Amino acid sequence: MSTNGMESWAVDLKDVGAIYPFQGSEVLMVIVGLVFWIGWHVIQTRNETAEIEADMTADRSGDETREAIDRY
Amino acid sequence: MEGNLNALTTIFTEFYYWVTIVMMFLIHVGFCTYEVGVSRRRNHLKTLMKNAMAIPLVTVTFYFFGWWIYFGFPNGPGIAGGLVTAPFAEPWNPLMGTHLSGVNPGETGVTPTDAALWHRLNGVFWGAFLLFSITTASIVSGAIIERARSGAFWIVAVLVGSVLWILDASWGWHPQGWMVKLWGYHDAYASGVVHAIAGGAALAFLIVLGPRIGKFRPDGTARDIPPHNVWLVTIGLFLIYTGFWGFYAACNIPLISPATIAGQITGETWTATNIYLGPTTLSAITFNFLMSLSGGMMAGYIVSKGDPFWTFSMGLCGVISASAGNDLYHPIQALLIGAIVPSICYKLHYFVERRFKIDDAVGAVAVHGYGGFLGVVVAGFMLWGQPSSPYEGFAHINPLGNFAGAVLMFVLGFAPTFVVCKILNSMNLLRVPAKVELEGVDFALNHAFEASVREVGTAEKAMIK
Repeated sequence: MSTNGMESWAVDLKDVGAIYPFQGSEVLMVIVGLVFWIGWHVIQTRNETAEIEADMTADRSGDETREAIDRY
Repeated sequence: MEGNLNALTTIFTEFYYWVTIVMMFLIHVGFCTYEVGVSRRRNHLKTLMKNAMAIPLVTVTFYFFGWWIYFGFPNGPGIAGGLVTAPFAEPWNPLMGTHLSGVNPGETGVTPTDAALWHRLNGVFWGAFLLFSITTASIVSGAIIERARSGAFWIVAVLVGSVLWILDASWGWHPQGWMVKLWGYHDAYASGVVHAIAGGAALAFLIVLGPRIGKFRPDGTARDIPPHNVWLVTIGLFLIYTGFWGFYAACNIPLISPATIAGQITGETWTATNIYLGPTTLSAITFNFLMSLSGGMMAGYIVSKGDPFWTFSMGLCGVISASAGNDLYHPIQALLIGAIVPSICYKLHYFVERRFKIDDAVGAVAVHGYGGFLGVVVAGFMLWGQPSSPYEGFAHINPLGNFAGAVLMFVLGFAPTFVVCKILNSMNLLRVPAKVELEGVDFALNHAFEASVREVGTAEKAMIK
């Protein structure tokens, strides 16, 4: 048994199609890939929101902000 | 007609590898830029020269013996057979220079068969393998910055670049390598044979070398020593990504006929192959390179909370972790492997730093060592049961073979480097004294620079009327 159906290269390559593992699960892989992509945006947005909220509570006096502006 | 086709194929192949060599040189521009970006200002010049001088040192030693090791040792020797004769790779052979494929009267060590095959390919194959060699050595360089003696690194660079990696390539990255034959080892784009072995060597060097002064607080917790210039680090890593394209292309045979392979493949369809002469395509590795890079960068951004250094390093780790099977994976498989493995490596880096007080300045052991190791292990499962070779009688790809191979790669880098570093350390040749480390390893160079600036400035000002 082989994960791509090939157990030997004793074949004519013109008769061979896909050779990646787990053929037949393309739709599932696409779904998992989409979940990964959407999940990334969800987690990234949450993290960025938390970072912005922390920035909002920082530098109450404005001194560091003025220094940052001066540094350009 | 057939003769012209063969000639065209040979010249195409020669040009193909030549282009990969040029592309791979960018890896070293990237390494130099990256290491200088990570190091602090008082260590720039020595950091640059430490890495850059690995290029000529590995080049000359790879010419003298590295190339011959690759062809001489695929059987072990003593595991699957004896030492293999490879006169065309001996440094005194006429085929290790300009040659036009005939055999001159009295020319020794050159057979018509060797001459026909190697007269145009020897230099470009040697060059492509050499660029892998320099890369393997350079991976160690970044980990040890700001306190290792350059001379010690250069000795280790020759050991890793011109002996250890090419020995493991002969065993596990050669169409007739014993690991491929007996274990079904599969590592198409060198997760293990380049990255795991380099990571093992870097870890050994770091253990003997010790951390930079100030890296750990009195209570043993680690301080962050941030890069002095994150822009240089970014440019360096992107140059490494760019050069990595050449690395991938150079791992393939671009065009070959079933008859030339002389294995089991039937028919007349010409193909590109991996190093084991198993069919793949440039298209496949383009899909998979970019998807694994993307998986690494996306996961790296999340786990490092947007840290550029780690996001880009994890992109590299994504490619490295999928490289063992990127000739055969589906792109989404490459994406997921490229995301999951680097996340584990990132956690491992900080665990090892905290637990064992290892100061790896660039995360080389994590990105290359753990990433490469795990990449080989994952490929053993993902490609389970597939043929490792077009030749009959070779073991199939399997988890145990790849796991054992990954261990062998890491240990082959670790053990000899550990011994050599211990010897160098006992001779006070491994690490600069604490005073010099605090002054900065560029101290004398900086003084000379400032004296020159003062002198020429004074002379010029004296001429103002």
